[in-house]
Amino acid sequence: MSTAVQQRQFTASMRFLHWLTAALVLTMLGIGVAMVASLASYHTLVSIHRPLGILILLVVVIRYVNRRFSALPPFPAGMSSQERFVATASERLFYIFLFVLPLVGWGMLSAAGYPIVLFGSLHLFPILPHSVVLYAVLRKTHTVLAYLLFLMLIAHFGAILFHTLIVRDGLFNRMAPWKIRA
Amino acid sequence: MPTETTTPIEKQPAPLTTRRSLPRFAAIGLVILSIVAAFLYLGGWFSPRTLTPARFVDGLEYTGGTHSGFRRNHAKGVGVSGFFESNGQGMRLSRAVVFRTGRIPVVGRFSLSGGDPDVADAPDTVRGLGLLFRLPDGEEWRTAMVNLPVFPVKGPQGFYDLLFASKPDPQTHKPDPKKMEAFLAQHPETARAFKIFQSHPPSSGFENSTFNSLLAFRFVNAHGVSIPVRWSMAPLQPFAAAGPPAAAEGKSYLFDALIASIRQRPLQWRVMITVGQPGDVTNDASIPWPDGREQVDVGTLTLDSVESEATSPARDINFDPAVLPAGIAPSDDPLLSARSGVYAESFTRRAGEKKTPSAITPSEVRK
Repeated sequence: MSTAVQQRQFTASMRFLHWLTAALVLTMLGIGVAMVASLASYHTLVSIHRPLGILILLVVVIRYVNRRFSALPPFPAGMSSQERFVATASERLFYIFLFVLPLVGWGMLSAAGYPIVLFGSLHLFPILPHSVVLYAVLRKTHTVLAYLLFLMLIAHFGAILFHTLIVRDGLFNRMAPWKIRA
Repeated sequence: MPTETTTPIEKQPAPLTTRRSLPRFAAIGLVILSIVAAFLYLGGWFSPRTLTPARFVDGLEYTGGTHSGFRRNHAKGVGVSGFFESNGQGMRLSRAVVFRTGRIPVVGRFSLSGGDPDVADAPDTVRGLGLLFRLPDGEEWRTAMVNLPVFPVKGPQGFYDLLFASKPDPQTHKPDPKKMEAFLAQHPETARAFKIFQSHPPSSGFENSTFNSLLAFRFVNAHGVSIPVRWSMAPLQPFAAAGPPAAAEGKSYLFDALIASIRQRPLQWRVMITVGQPGDVTNDASIPWPDGREQVDVGTLTLDSVESEATSPARDINFDPAVLPAGIAPSDDPLLSARSGVYAESFTRRAGEKKTPSAITPSEVRK
């Protein structure tokens, strides 16, 4: 048994990065579905989508490193081992998706031969050769992964609501944006 | 040291009774449903009649046919390449690197409008020129121009409706005059544009055509001054009026003439920037700017090589007119964003399709 006070929450930096990611990813998914359906706002939305995707890629890398060096709070005592397994696996899956989706976007623009403009004259180098066949595959992959990520977010959100409103085990407190007193 | 040892974080309260948990489950369901509904709304699922890039391209496919691997509009074309020599005159208007004195490589594509890649060349068919300027700092300037003096419509819905109004009747092989009449009654700007077309007859070929951006853009210079502009490629090859194609001439006589003349000597266009004045419309490409607007010659475009789409890099380029370097910005013209979205959709669809040979084959280019 540990002699230190059991930490109730993720560290402040982890919570900050979590809620930052949540805001960025929700915005990003909204922009993503809206831009492909809009003629009037297509260009503006794409111009936001690109740099925002690269920002998410940066944030997820920082988040991963930060997590590796941070102490984690325990799961609520009432959570079964199966529930813990699902929670851990979904967290891993989120990291993979948040890392791979922007990379697929970057790769897909590279394969299409588009300049990867962030803002002004600032642009990124291509990470793949110009190949429309590759582009076609990555473009589809980008959409499929984005829909899957949306479903994962819905499940994540549903699970936390379930724990908060039905089970009432205080799971949400671990990631609450505010500080929870012991 | 704290004296407390680890304890379960929260005491889990006793399970809820069914009566008490049901409304909570309902609330969770409602929240989740609302989020899904919000995303469906953003994705246009509740407005099935609104024109989207995908529905626009469906319209192009319906009226022009689907031809595997080809652009959904301006399907017939050849690739060209050459360079742009900037004379430095554009620098006072725009800080874009492309206007610094010097030479930069250009890839381009001449095309005829319509979705049929095997269409027979005709003098009245709209001619297109797509260009990609590769700036030395890695930026790109892409533009897709046509040989019309103004755009026939002022917005994407007008273009879409015009596609259907001018679709040839399967029986008569000509557009239904009643449909076109109804369209023109709805779109007085198109009737006005058609009148302007009559006073601007097409030239004899691609090589002596003037290609216009039509849409307005904004140039921003090093001092941050932003001005409305339109641009044109003015041919150095002398104008000759188009006659009807002679019977002996082939189905691709316009492209054949282009290939022959480019192989004889490089073809050149002056890159002309028209500077708009306050009050000039920038959100309606069907309206010409008044005569006498300042024209700045910013350099010369030289195209010295022509290639079939089978080998040209132009085939796999989306000449998206919204790909602009810093110093050139979109205006408030609704057509720019719409074209960008529609071009991207067309590009995505053809990228995944099996490539079929272009009408202008490598052997046609070599002969």
